[in-house]
Amino acid sequence: MYEFVTGPLAWLAFGIFFIGLIYRTVWYFRGLNWQADRVAYRTNVSFGIKGAIRSIFFWVVPFGTRGWRSHPVFTIITFGFHLSLLISAIFLPAHNYILERKWGISLFTIPSGTGDVLTIFVLIAVGMFIIRRLVLPEVRIITTAYDYLILAIAVAPFITGFIAYHQIFEYKLWLILHILSGEIMLVAIPFTKLSHFVLFFMSRMQLGMDYGIKRGGMKGTSMSW
Amino acid sequence: MAEGTLCNRKTIDTKEDLKALMADAGGKQYYQEMEELDVDQEKLWATIQGSLKSRLKTWLEICAHCGMCADSCFLYTANDKDPTQVPSYKIHQTLGVMVKKKGKVDNEFMRMTMDTAWSKCSCCTRCGVYCPMGIDMGIMFGYVRGLCFSQGFVPWEMKIGSGMHRVYKAQMDVTTEDWVDTVEFEEEGIMDEYKNMSIPVDKENADIMYTLNAREAKHYPEDITEAAILFNLAGENWTVPSVGWEQTSLSMFAGDWASCKAQVENVYDAMNRLKPKRMIGTECGHAHRATVIEGPYWAGLESGQPPVESIHYVEWVAEALRTGKLKLDPSKKIKEPVTLQDSCNYVRNGGLGEITREIMGYIAEDFREMTPNGQHNYCCGGGGGFNGIGKYHHERNVGLKVKMDQILATDCKLVISPCHNCWDAIRDMAKVYKLDIRWSFLKPILVDMAIVPDQFKLDDDDED
Repeated sequence: MYEFVTGPLAWLAFGIFFIGLIYRTVWYFRGLNWQADRVAYRTNVSFGIKGAIRSIFFWVVPFGTRGWRSHPVFTIITFGFHLSLLISAIFLPAHNYILERKWGISLFTIPSGTGDVLTIFVLIAVGMFIIRRLVLPEVRIITTAYDYLILAIAVAPFITGFIAYHQIFEYKLWLILHILSGEIMLVAIPFTKLSHFVLFFMSRMQLGMDYGIKRGGMKGTSMSW
Repeated sequence: MAEGTLCNRKTIDTKEDLKALMADAGGKQYYQEMEELDVDQEKLWATIQGSLKSRLKTWLEICAHCGMCADSCFLYTANDKDPTQVPSYKIHQTLGVMVKKKGKVDNEFMRMTMDTAWSKCSCCTRCGVYCPMGIDMGIMFGYVRGLCFSQGFVPWEMKIGSGMHRVYKAQMDVTTEDWVDTVEFEEEGIMDEYKNMSIPVDKENADIMYTLNAREAKHYPEDITEAAILFNLAGENWTVPSVGWEQTSLSMFAGDWASCKAQVENVYDAMNRLKPKRMIGTECGHAHRATVIEGPYWAGLESGQPPVESIHYVEWVAEALRTGKLKLDPSKKIKEPVTLQDSCNYVRNGGLGEITREIMGYIAEDFREMTPNGQHNYCCGGGGGFNGIGKYHHERNVGLKVKMDQILATDCKLVISPCHNCWDAIRDMAKVYKLDIRWSFLKPILVDMAIVPDQFKLDDDDED
């Protein structure tokens, strides 16, 4: 079983993940239409690029925008959550060990114990996301079961990983469950809301180009997100 | 498929149809018929499939339902944080459901969508500035309005507005003759106070072609007079076209895309015919957005620019004051505290916030900002057609509260509001909430403050 989930299934999951993301990216670009979107993407490229970079940069910097600054707690948990996901997925020694063994790639690693810190942070963050969804009327009204499913997909690898790493229950089983939950997440990314993995950048880029070209960028103003 | 005689999926293209629709006071019969209007579900789905591209699809799909858009929306704030006013909720309950159901929605749903698109969103696009994913629900509601219009679910006044543009190429029933007569009449009026001033009509190769808002021709001709005085004082070589002078677009508010295109092409034709160096529009915010910002796309101009360089009135004013073409009497600078209303259409959506402040520096001694302002300004409360729809007056009046609080917080009794829509909203706000404030366009203030060179002074002028 272990061989299967780390072998063919892993190949499949990574395949779907990468090809899916490439597809979503190409699909997004092909679907842009200067006339329907009312943005002259091609004729004002330099203004567009400037706007796109601005639009992405300020939103990937914590407190970089007025939106982030006006929701400080949410900003901290959102950035912490996303950073924890990325860091633990890529830089934990156990993940790197697999990469090295399978494909001979080895990256910079963080101490294994950091995984616990990141996991606890993710659990707190997810808890707070859920509380927000239940308590804040403006969030509750737009929350659907799908939102909880997405949270579950994102948090499952942390819970299973934590159990396996600390060998709380049967190690082999939970290791397999951990790998499976990671693979579910990889496969879910291109097909669900998790596609914001790339579409966040696409969407921000597009709005940045809109502002950079049409909504003031060519008048010399920069969007103060 | 059931359609009413007044409320239907057809566009208004004749004077007779327009008259019949206008004769239905307040749209009483129109809205009654709307309750029976069938949804052409196949057409709706076909329209969506043909126009819902990756940008809009992605916006619908990746919304994280985080709620950060809530307090960006002035209508959410004005309605005591009513969760049904959260932008994300509004768009997912309308466009989201329409897409999910593949266009299979009923009459009641379409009426709810119409109410949402015109009374719960002024398309100010402020939410787009606060969404981490860059989802601009103002743009999305502009799209929803188009879908509603194509199905006949559009507020009565908006249907009339788009019909006006279709029939008269103006938002009001001002014919070419009416317009030229008005210009001649105003020109004569100017002669009572100044000499050597004129309003040249259809002059070719002028430096400036001036375009405006039909309501100036119909109800506020003094605005035309003031524009003329200022252009003359500044020594501009300018003209107005006899055809293609209307810069506004109620069709844009109505979601009548075909009419939007025809309307701006009428103005662009005037540019091509008269070959001016530049086009300068009046102070109206949505007119600028329609003709200068969005118009080139409707007309299919790949550059995204109108046929000749086109600027907003505030850009011309700033330039005229900066270069000294237009000189103001420093002793007449506004001494009382004064604040400025930023129009969403040329500030957030046109980048003209700083240049408007440059003007304030020339004309005001005690200029006080509203908070927030510039690109982060709130809608006046009456934008996107909201001011003009009787059915939604109550909702509009509630919506005015956010701007009212902003104005009152400045302690200013005078609000400079170049945009006509904002001007109307502030006027109505003062009336509804009994406020002790005044409001003004830039033109009358500039005319009062301008130094008149001798060549324009009447011989028996004793004003000095």
